[in-house]
Parts: sequence; structure tokens; C-alpha cells
Amino acid sequence: MDAIPDWFRRLYESTGLNFTVFYDSYDWNRYVSGLKMTLLLSVTTILLSLVIGAVGALIQSGPSRLLRGLVNAFVVVFRNTPPLVQLFFFYFGLGTMLPSTETASGMREPILNNVQWAVISLSLFAAAFNVEIFRSGIEAVPKTTIEAAEALGYKRFQAYRHIVLPLAIRVCLPALNNNLVNLLKTTTLAYAIAVPETLYALKQIWSESQNVLEMMILLLATYGVLVGVLVWLMARWERAMHIPGYHR
Amino acid sequence: MPVLLPFRPQPQPRSLRPGAACCAFLCVSLLLIVSTASAQGGKAALPVMQIIEKWAPLLLTGFGFNILISALAMLLGTIAGLGLGLGLLSELSVVRRGSWVVTQVFRNAPWLVLLFFVMFLVPFQVTLFGLRIPFPDWIKATVGFALPVMANVAEVVRGAVRSVPSTQWEAAESLAFTRHQIMWRIILPQCIKRMLPPWMNIYCIVAMSTVLASIVGVSEMLTLTAQVHAAEGGRPELFAPLYGFALLCFFLYCYPINLWTAHLERRFQIG
Repeated sequence: MDAIPDWFRRLYESTGLNFTVFYDSYDWNRYVSGLKMTLLLSVTTILLSLVIGAVGALIQSGPSRLLRGLVNAFVVVFRNTPPLVQLFFFYFGLGTMLPSTETASGMREPILNNVQWAVISLSLFAAAFNVEIFRSGIEAVPKTTIEAAEALGYKRFQAYRHIVLPLAIRVCLPALNNNLVNLLKTTTLAYAIAVPETLYALKQIWSESQNVLEMMILLLATYGVLVGVLVWLMARWERAMHIPGYHR
Repeated sequence: MPVLLPFRPQPQPRSLRPGAACCAFLCVSLLLIVSTASAQGGKAALPVMQIIEKWAPLLLTGFGFNILISALAMLLGTIAGLGLGLGLLSELSVVRRGSWVVTQVFRNAPWLVLLFFVMFLVPFQVTLFGLRIPFPDWIKATVGFALPVMANVAEVVRGAVRSVPSTQWEAAESLAFTRHQIMWRIILPQCIKRMLPPWMNIYCIVAMSTVLASIVGVSEMLTLTAQVHAAEGGRPELFAPLYGFALLCFFLYCYPINLWTAHLERRFQIG
């Protein structure tokens, strides 16, 4: 397994292309921890935004006008404001207003640290889009199906969980996949609040080793691979959830 | 004997999506409520609205700079995207595959990464024939935003051209139009209407993404907000109002555009 680091050292010596990440263990560890943080952010925000989106879509198809208005306001505000400013508003604006706790060594630190605020802010941003996407899926479920569920004695929430939501997800899956891929790309914004994800780790590496071009290429390749993997997973999920008789 | 019950149309639930005028009214009333509440409050609450009032002109010039960057990026990106979209539809498979690779690269890369790429790798000035052409950071940021716009516009163009029925192509071919003439005189004019809502959607996304330029050091609204915050003493309770003001500006700019886009989509579906 020494072949890879040796190859990259020889590449540096012969062409001057310095991929320190592959032959220096410290840089490699930093890069891998950045990747882990990106994956952690992506997975948590995807799951949380799906849950919030489903709940929001449930409320939007419900009877209460007040709750529908609140969900509408949430969707409208979070879709029409920049996610970076939302992130700063949450982390700097709300974070400093929350009470702070004391660590074991007696230092004061806020209750939610920057990773947790990034997860909250990005999940809410993606959930606003998910509410719209789920709503379009729910509207595609024929009203006759819902009436049949009522006739069989399903309560509103039970019908939503067992009948409407499965059908709605299958219908809106392409738009949902697009949104989740965008969410993966949006996790780079956490760089602005010093969350140690891939962009942050590689920037540290190129600040020290002066190999900006090589690390940029690695960064583009990394996100290309991550997006490719996510798209492949989503395509497999789409094929598994395919409704016979629809679309092909 | 079965009797036909009288048909009464169910009352459609009215959409609770607020319109532009309603939103402006809500924002103005919110500002008035906050200012009167702070005027009645103690000395600590009073400065917040005054601080926003004092610095609003500066922050709004920053916002105008954001809009300028977004407009230029959209212009560059649309022209380049039109070319790339036509490349995606080319008959030559080399051109088609090359355009596909370029589109995938710039669509799948995060916007911030592309911005870093352009900011760090494009030199700050270029010497051509003895003439020094400076590239200030905001121009590099504009190019950095134009790249993903180009890729998204290329996809929109490709989708719009593919949505034109093939009968149009066949009729044009039977009238002895060349492929170039068909594309420019028959197909693309029909596509303009179809491309407009997704194109406006892309513009809203760019307008909201211009704040990313503050991370790479361009002096736009968000950097000015941070400087205003420092100028007012760096008090932590000022973060929320200042960033709230930035949120408000972008909201009041992008929401009417989105409403108009939805209106155009509905109109073009019927027509």
C-alpha cells in the first residue's frame, strides 16, 4: 500500500503537482475528517428536512387555517431568502441570544455549537422546498383513493401515513432527488461558520502547503464523486419505488 | 326511484399564499410595530431601529451591488448557456459529449467551490499586448457565479428545445430549411416562452447566491453588515436585527419575482 504515496511523491518531484493529501498522513487525516463532517452534515440534514417536510405537507393539507398560514409563511420566507444569511441569522443572531452553559473547565460556551446550528439552519432551508415537493406529490394522489380510505374507516393521520404518503413520495421522487442533491451542495455553506467540512479542511491544507490548484481539483473531484454516489443511490431508490403503469 | 341530488360546487379552499402587496403591507406594519415598541421601551431597546435607520443607506448600496453582480452574472451565464445548450443538442457527437461533460461538472459542483476556484486561480491582472487589464475581485466573483448559471441555462435550453413537438422539425425540413435556420427561426422563438419561468427561477437563485461573495472577500452587503456591526460596538444583540434586515431586503426583492414567475407559468400553461 506504499505504492500510492510513492507515486504521488514521484509525481510532485517530476511535474511539480503537489497532492500532499495522498502522501502526507497528517493532511490525509484532515481531509478524511473533513469528508466525514460533510457526510454527517448531509445525512442529518437530508433526514431532518424529509421529516420536517412531511410534517409541513401534512399540516398544509389539513383543516386548520392558522396552521396552514404558518406553514405557508415558513415556506415563503425560507425559499426567498439566501441560505447563507439564514445560517448567519441562526448562528450569530439567535445563537448569542440563547443561554450559555459552562464546560468542565469553567469556560462559557453556547448551548448549540456551530455544527448543530448548521444542521438546524440547512434542514429548515431544505424542508421549505420539501414541503412544496411533498404537497405536489400529495395533490397527485387521486381524491377517490382518499375517499375510499375514509370509507374503509382510516382516520386522517392513518390514511396519510399508510396510503397518501407512500403514493406521494413515489410521484415526487425526481423533484425530491434534485432537492437532496442541492442540499448536499449547500452543506459547503457551513464553511462560513467554521464547521470543519471538506472545503474547510482543504483550504487549511492549501494555506499551509501552497498547492491551491491541486487541492481545488481534488475538491471538485470529491464533490463530483459525492454527488455521483448520491445520484446513483437515488436512482436505485427510484427504480425500487417504481409504480407499475406510470411513466415507463 | 333514484333521485338526482342538486349539484353544489364545493367551496375551493382559497390559497393562503400572500401576494406581493399583502407582503409589503405586512413588512411595513411589522417595522412600524417594532419601532413603536422600541420607542416605548427603555433606552437599550431604542437604538436598534435607529441603528438600522442610520445604516440603511449604506447597506442598501451594498444590496444594489449584489443586484449588479447578479444581473451581470445572469447576462454572461445566459449567453454562454445558450451556446452550451445548443452544443448539448448538436448533431456532432464530440460536441454533444463535450458539452455534456461541461454541463455536468458545473451543475454538480457546489457554487461556493466554483467561486473559490475562480477567485484563487484567475490572476488579479492580465497583461495583454503591453496593456494591463485588472480583474477586481467582484468581476472574478461575477464570472464565478456565471459558470453554474451557464450550466443551468444550458439544461433549460435543452429541455425547452426537446419539448417542441417533432412535427415542427418535420414540417420545417419538408420546407427545405437548413438545421441552422430551423433552430434559429422556428424552434428557439417558440422556446423563449417555455424558458422564461425556469430562467427567472435561476435568476432568483443567483440573486440569493451573491452573498457567497462575502466569504471570498468581495465587499458586498454581508461584509458591510459585519462592518456595521463592528462599528456599532460589536454587541451580540445587534446580530439578529442586522442580519434580519439583510433577510428582509432579499425577501422583498426575490418574493415578487417568484410570484411573477408562478403567474407566468400558469399563463403559459393555458396558452
